[in-house]
Amino acid sequence: MAKRLGFLFRSTKGLILVAIAMIGLETAIFGMLSGPLAELGVRDFVVRFLKMDLVQAEREGRIIILYHSIAMAVVAIETYMITSLLKMKEFYKLAVRVLITVGYILTMIFGMGFAYWGHNWILHGLYITGLSLIFFAGVLLVIALWPWNKEYYQPDKAYSRTKKGLDMERVAFFAAALTTVLSALFGAVPGSYFGNGFETFLAENIIRVPEKSVLDLSIIGHLHIMLALIAIMITLIVGRWLNFKGILHKIAMPLMILGTVVLNLGVWGVVTPLEPIAHMIIYVGATPSMLAALMLVIFTWDKLIREGIAGIQKPNGWQKLKALLRDPLRFGPMWQMVFMNFTTSFLGIFMAVRLDEIFRVWPAHEERIELTGHWHVLSAIIATIILLYYGDMIGLKGKLRQVYGWSIIILSDLAFGSVTIFEMKRLFITEATQQPLVNTLMLLMDIGLGLLLVVLAMMMIWRLLDLFRKKGRWTEEVDHELSEEVSK
Amino acid sequence: MKRIYLSIILLSAVLVSCASVDLNAPIPSFDTGVDPDSWALIPAGPFLEGQHDHPALIDYDYQMMVTGVTVAQYMDFLNIALVDGSLKIDGEQIVGFYPGDQFRAVKHEIEITATDYIFVPLNDPASRFTFDGFTFSVIPGYENHPMTNVSWFGAWGYCGYYAFSLPSELEWEKAARGSADNRPFPWGDEIARNNANFYTSRDPFEEMSSFGSRTSPVGFYNGNTYDGYVTLDSASPYGLYDMAGNVWQWTGDVYEGQHYRYMRGGSKDTYDMDLRIWVRNNATPTYYSPGVGFRCARNP
Repeated sequence: MAKRLGFLFRSTKGLILVAIAMIGLETAIFGMLSGPLAELGVRDFVVRFLKMDLVQAEREGRIIILYHSIAMAVVAIETYMITSLLKMKEFYKLAVRVLITVGYILTMIFGMGFAYWGHNWILHGLYITGLSLIFFAGVLLVIALWPWNKEYYQPDKAYSRTKKGLDMERVAFFAAALTTVLSALFGAVPGSYFGNGFETFLAENIIRVPEKSVLDLSIIGHLHIMLALIAIMITLIVGRWLNFKGILHKIAMPLMILGTVVLNLGVWGVVTPLEPIAHMIIYVGATPSMLAALMLVIFTWDKLIREGIAGIQKPNGWQKLKALLRDPLRFGPMWQMVFMNFTTSFLGIFMAVRLDEIFRVWPAHEERIELTGHWHVLSAIIATIILLYYGDMIGLKGKLRQVYGWSIIILSDLAFGSVTIFEMKRLFITEATQQPLVNTLMLLMDIGLGLLLVVLAMMMIWRLLDLFRKKGRWTEEVDHELSEEVSK
Repeated sequence: MKRIYLSIILLSAVLVSCASVDLNAPIPSFDTGVDPDSWALIPAGPFLEGQHDHPALIDYDYQMMVTGVTVAQYMDFLNIALVDGSLKIDGEQIVGFYPGDQFRAVKHEIEITATDYIFVPLNDPASRFTFDGFTFSVIPGYENHPMTNVSWFGAWGYCGYYAFSLPSELEWEKAARGSADNRPFPWGDEIARNNANFYTSRDPFEEMSSFGSRTSPVGFYNGNTYDGYVTLDSASPYGLYDMAGNVWQWTGDVYEGQHYRYMRGGSKDTYDMDLRIWVRNNATPTYYSPGVGFRCARNP
């Protein structure tokens, strides 16, 4: 028993497994409270069965805690990955992991307890304690990542580095971690005013209010930048896993650092006199970050193709395509990044360009659908990238690797593509005639997300059963660090 | 073989999604017994406003229509106002004059100048009336349904024509909530499917596999049973019906620096969460939809 607990709470792969399981469990339970399951009456059953106490006026507050608790587990997963992929002092690694593990578990369990089962303020205190521990873990991580320590200089010229050897990739990790900690304050400060005159709201509900308070703007900035930083961090993590290097790496890392810093400055600017030009600064910051991600995509796909056609004298296009697609777990994260542009980035730009024809005319609730769908898809894409990496991490091979990887890619893209069409439907169909289209899109979304959760559940059950085996796969994973498994 | 099955399933899904919708499908006809010409008195006094229960005060008595304006009532207005020249036909729409709003050039604000604006579109297949070039008529079965496909100008014009007004958001909210408590719905703390007409509420007027939600007659949710469908009495504390669900209702406020007009109450097309009293929606004043209607207020 002690060995198994040691695996789950001390090893990198065990910690990641526990966090994924926690997210999966929370998604499965609380996903039944909305959407089609609510329509079918499942919500009412779940509420009664679990004796939830749902006050109508507290819905927005409940959702905020739900988002936070899931996000904290995702941040914990990324932290486990960073502390396993990058060199750092053992003390920091241990301290960061202890703090963030205790923190996210407190946040999830007691936050949800407070939100959905009556307002017990002791639970709220424990929820805040959890968030605070995660913040301190972040501060320690920033210290641990300090890139100007010569111990961490990059000796290999194949990677992005300064003449003196400063590892630019580590600087990018450091910049992302530092700005994440600072941007967390952006939410924490208004949060500390709740109950003292500042009231709960969902950002999508106040989008058209012309005069927003500093605290309102702070919250809106916080949620945008935190998601963007989680996305930037997973891009860096995947880059490390796939051993991103070469000329593209040398260009991408400075771009990523610049993008991260400027993006943050833009978002922080919304609560300063720079507010009128903050969006412009954000666009300026987002562009280099996205270019850096594009370079990672090009590097990885090129590498996959080269590996796949090795030994073939004159490979044709079909052989190259087969080579690219032969490993869904390494192809998938990059594809999801590209696909994200169709579902979120390009869509956002399109909406911005046609603002006067769309959001100035559409009712606010149509805009709300677009906004909510936009960031749900972005969050979920990040989750699928984590799951793809996890599949590689636990050594899935052969047919199982193919089925697992392609299931995640196809099912999630089916759902996200349907969500995107749903968001845009008012451009090509009237309210009066939309129902058949809506039914089909909802069905596709439910099939995609539902089956994706089934795949995840099957993997979790397999991992659970594995824990009962004396010499299960878990015994092989106890001592492995992700840095040992970086692609050649 | 599996690929063929998959292709057939996907093709079927595409074909189903492209199916045409019969907007004139037969609709059950019920007399709710609620008089759309009746008004309710809302007495002066304090009440709790919004999601966070801010103390608010309306220091005058006012009246609000017990139900939303019906298609029949609006057709009467169109027929009279078209004859007396208050309204005119402009291409594919009925327009009327609006004196404009003060423009402050606030970010995103669109200027509303003094000119003619759309009241209702003509020949929109989702409208519940017809026009033969001279006379407006209700499509049979929809006489006691709320008037929809009417712009904010159309709602403002109707109320103004009879020397009424659109209720302010605050007036609307007090009429929906009453002054005794902080209830989230006009009838109380929780919502059941037979409290109101909302998305997938399984009322006799909806068919989610084809045309989706449709409006229900005004005052339908009054505790009566219609052909076996049992409703709960869902009046507000002042006796107003349909203050949650059925159709969004335009309100009268014109806010500084905004061209948007606000709606309250949720609709047949929204989930139950949007039926909570404090939920707001807004759109440009020329917007019209099969899910948006209105009711008027007046001095006692």
